[in-house]
Amino acid sequence: MSLTRKEVEHIADLARLDLADDELERYRAQLISILEHVDRLKELDTADIPPTSSVLPERSVLRQDETKPGLTKEQLLQNAPDAIEGQFRVPPVLDKDRSE
Amino acid sequence: MNAGSDLIGFSVRGAVEALRKGDISSRELTTACLNRIELLDDKIHAFLAIDKERALQEADKADRLMVEWRRKADNDLPRLVGIPIAVKDVLTVKGFPCTCGSRILEGFEPPYNGTAVQRLVDAGVIIVGKTNTDEFAMGSSTENSAYGTTHNPWDLSRVPGGSSGGSAAAVAARLVPAALGTDTGGSVRQPASFCGVTGIKPTYGRVSRYGLIAYGSSLDTVGVLSRDAQDVAALFEIFAGHDHRDATSMDVPLPPLELGEIRELKGLRIGVPQEYFIEGIQSAVEASVREAIEKLAELGATIEEISLPHTDFALPVYYLIAPAEASANLARYDGVRYGPREEAAEMWEVFRNTRGTLFGQEVKRRIMLGTYALSAGYYDAYYGQAQKVRTLIRRDFEAVFKQVDLIAAPVAPTTAFPIGEHTDDPLAMYLEDVFTLPANLAGVPGMAFPVGFDEDGLPIGMQLMAPHFKEDILFQATHAYQSVTDWHLRRPDIDD
Repeated sequence: MSLTRKEVEHIADLARLDLADDELERYRAQLISILEHVDRLKELDTADIPPTSSVLPERSVLRQDETKPGLTKEQLLQNAPDAIEGQFRVPPVLDKDRSE
Repeated sequence: MNAGSDLIGFSVRGAVEALRKGDISSRELTTACLNRIELLDDKIHAFLAIDKERALQEADKADRLMVEWRRKADNDLPRLVGIPIAVKDVLTVKGFPCTCGSRILEGFEPPYNGTAVQRLVDAGVIIVGKTNTDEFAMGSSTENSAYGTTHNPWDLSRVPGGSSGGSAAAVAARLVPAALGTDTGGSVRQPASFCGVTGIKPTYGRVSRYGLIAYGSSLDTVGVLSRDAQDVAALFEIFAGHDHRDATSMDVPLPPLELGEIRELKGLRIGVPQEYFIEGIQSAVEASVREAIEKLAELGATIEEISLPHTDFALPVYYLIAPAEASANLARYDGVRYGPREEAAEMWEVFRNTRGTLFGQEVKRRIMLGTYALSAGYYDAYYGQAQKVRTLIRRDFEAVFKQVDLIAAPVAPTTAFPIGEHTDDPLAMYLEDVFTLPANLAGVPGMAFPVGFDEDGLPIGMQLMAPHFKEDILFQATHAYQSVTDWHLRRPDIDD
């Protein structure tokens, strides 16, 4: 099992985590040891086995499409670090090519 | 003895009875809990938030309600009026902060009660505080809490287990008679075992997850910890059941849990899985669990050796599926809608800085692992394969439950370990969960309860597992066991 520094940086980027150098190195080593452990799953032949995404019986949960009392806009904004005119405010989204 | 130390001896149902008779008031009972928290929680650190004033106000309200009820003598008094409880800090309680043990939710005050909490509030409970947890319930010791580790009341140098370690320690130290917890991979059962209390992990779908801050959505369950099966039942009966706010909650009736008269287990078939008695299990744990199984046989149950052949794969399956689900669920923490924000000039940097700075090490590790398992090129080999092996684990349980009514097994391979023992080795920490993960992967209910003590005086727990929605059998068997044993009555000696 190998995992390059570049791959770890890529995962951190996908997960939107700003990680320090020592963290990247530590996670690289720890992910390798965890992935080596989980690699045992490949021993099992699962060609004919369906995946389980939920343990519940497959079913549709439907209800009437009608409005009901819920949380107010003020309640939903009360925890925002920055809100203005009934909306969440964020810094500018620059036109930045993230693949660079 | 002062009134405070008498009052903390009450069980949930004992307190319900004494309150109704007027022998004690809710103010006295709640004050006794608050005083005891003040006296002991500096040492234990079970709580992340306490609201004394609110608790006492609600206690007074409960007392007024009971005065009125006694005068009118009608029968519609809610069942848990005036009973103080605690709630794990991953469940939302209106008016309390909800940090999930994380700095990324510091100061977050949810504007609503989760469903389990709301149903208990409607039944009259008083929420005295929020209990400590590993950050976002990711951990087996509470050492991953951003707000410090909870100490085990039986030995303060040891962990209480996790992630519901604050709730387990609070119940064990008699700070509150009961506390809500959550169980995604063992987070009710393992701390219950480490702290010598009784706790249930319900069937997936039995209890609404509305107001439970999501970790692994296909595994998360809401449970409760208390001193014995009857007290656990007193709360569980109230918050279990269908809720339209959670599409995964099922409309399956819970039979009434009338436990009082059950003193034998004739006709009950209990399976003992050979895969749960592995090399490396602490000998005192194995001895106590086997002795407890013997006790269940004396009560009339028949005991059979069974096999759950894919048990060994539960750990790798869980540590792919749970982190994968976590990496998606925790995408919402970005410094926009709640929690603190690490400022930056543009939005993507705000996300990266906020998440990189305010998530703790274990959470970042699981997000990284989950992101990797879901990423292009690795999805089938890791996440996809884990989901297929999850099917094999489910089928193991389905097959065994055609033969037996319950499965009996240890909760964890060891008793409570010293604080700091596993903090540098995530895989060693994950191995603590090896006996609890399968129930979450299969969605079956489990109950953990004390069955002995090791040579260091630390509690040993056993778990029973049942088929989907058969919690009533778990309660009956645990109660029958507790009616002929006294392990659940032992108390840690922490009073100065």
